[in-house]
Amino acid sequence: MDVTQTKERERTAASGTHRRLNGARGERPNWLGGLVSLLWLAVVIIPIYWIVITSFKAQSSYYATNPLAPPTEPTLANYRMVIESDFPLYFVNSLIVTIGAVVPAVAFSFMAAYAIVRGNAGRFLRGVNSLFLMGLAIPLQATIIPVYLIIIRLHLYDSLLGLILPSIAFAIPLSVLVLSNFIRDVPKELFESMRLDGANEWMTLWRLAFPLTRPAVVTVTIYNALQIWNGFLLPLILTQSPDKRTLPLALWTFQGQYSVNVPAVLASVVLTTLPILILYVVGRRQLLSGLTAGFSK
Amino acid sequence: MSAFAPTARRGTPPAATREGRGGVLPWLAVPALVVFVGFGVIPLIGVLFLSFTSWDGLGEINLSGLTSWQTVLADPGLPHALWITFLVIAASWAFQTPLSLLIGVFLAGRQRYRAVLAVVFFIPLLLSQAAIAIAYKALLDPNFGLGAGLHIDLLVQDWLGRPVLAFSVVIFVVSWQFIPFHSLIYQGGVRQIPRSMYEAAELDGAGRMRKFFSITLPQLKYTIITSSTLMVVGSLTFFDLIFVLTAGGPADATRVLALDMYKRGFQASLMGPASAIAVILVLVGLALALLLRRLGGRDPQASQLEGA
Repeated sequence: MDVTQTKERERTAASGTHRRLNGARGERPNWLGGLVSLLWLAVVIIPIYWIVITSFKAQSSYYATNPLAPPTEPTLANYRMVIESDFPLYFVNSLIVTIGAVVPAVAFSFMAAYAIVRGNAGRFLRGVNSLFLMGLAIPLQATIIPVYLIIIRLHLYDSLLGLILPSIAFAIPLSVLVLSNFIRDVPKELFESMRLDGANEWMTLWRLAFPLTRPAVVTVTIYNALQIWNGFLLPLILTQSPDKRTLPLALWTFQGQYSVNVPAVLASVVLTTLPILILYVVGRRQLLSGLTAGFSK
Repeated sequence: MSAFAPTARRGTPPAATREGRGGVLPWLAVPALVVFVGFGVIPLIGVLFLSFTSWDGLGEINLSGLTSWQTVLADPGLPHALWITFLVIAASWAFQTPLSLLIGVFLAGRQRYRAVLAVVFFIPLLLSQAAIAIAYKALLDPNFGLGAGLHIDLLVQDWLGRPVLAFSVVIFVVSWQFIPFHSLIYQGGVRQIPRSMYEAAELDGAGRMRKFFSITLPQLKYTIITSSTLMVVGSLTFFDLIFVLTAGGPADATRVLALDMYKRGFQASLMGPASAIAVILVLVGLALALLLRRLGGRDPQASQLEGA
């Protein structure tokens, strides 16, 4: 291999862009890395592929055919069965809990992050900030027993509100940290000019800081929505009656009931993941547009 | 809100306006503070208090002094749960880190596949641990699973029925969910290494291995610490996955601390001892966070976004 030529090629590739490792290293291909990556890609894809194709197979043909072959006669019977098992209700429950928790969590966190960044010298706000930082280091699962006690005492046991309140609390520390890091990057001059125009903090918060940190807000929203939508421990402990179940819990009970009907169980897995997949695809685009808008200023 | 109209005068330097004392700013933090204190701080203090009581989860709560702690500390179940928790952390770290590093370095050099891989690699992260556990339970079933269907004898095992196998399955499923994510972290880390370092090394005649061990690996120090912190702290809280996949079995082979707490508290109705376990869980978490912070010399909270 011609070393000088390779280096020349790399130098032209690197010039004009940030000086970082970019593109091919101009050497022999990294066989070991490539092989391992390919192997792990297969490890990731095969179960997903199996889950999806099996969910379209009839139960009888599932046992008779090659499990990795696509269904010869695809059927929606499994999905119909799952939907008839009250999954729309659990879906609505999950939706209520997720939206009911994510919207206040992000709004409260944003307000707190704004206050912490803008009022950093105040002793109260510094204390609040350290409290949230401490919350990051503690596995919040460990507080589940007192949370259970509090929810009972508030007469919120077995209610969706009882799931929403702790979910908001658990989402706050990380959201505040991420949002305050982004608000800190907003140029000080902009706050200053808002102030000179006579805007108060409340207006500056929603009209300046919020739009300018939209990519961070979107990211934090998606992350929290994912956590709460997929949450299992809180519904497991804080609810009891079937009509208060959220999707992950419903999935678990459904599997307990129909464990022999593999295609139906897998259809329920696909159905519960679909909404979050859609959110991710939509959010990814939003995320990208937010980022590009930020760069082309 | 108009009562809190800006008090700063024209031409004041920005630093002075950041004081914010007595203005609207502290009030903005109040809603988050109230919810977090109510369902985060008070429960944290509460769990310590409850560890000195006896409570069955329904009836009255009675102070019982050190009884719960004595029960828990004398129970051989505690060292076992601590050991299993440690094993889960160590094994999932040891399995995930080299693979993620290798894949991350490879991905950093190959722009073309990046978009496709990023989408595929994200899917496991979007699934709930309950869904993953249920799918793997079906996939690994010795009678109805993938191995039985393909008639590959090696894959037809009682995966979740034998202690060592069940433990390995837990580590594998955890890795299945998180290796892609950590690979993407490493990919980002490798891309930030200055190209000039490699050029200098090439001029000195360094080969691929030499460059990897002398440049890539030392330069990735903070990335490795970030990724390891996420793995370790995350491993402490693998409740959903283990609960659905093995429920701690077989023969307590996968009974980690969080599961031990749940079983004592919500299945055996012994909230006192369960709270003592929870306190231990908090202490282990704090100790690990401090240890990693000391190792790294950098704030481990800096990038917990995707893995907390």
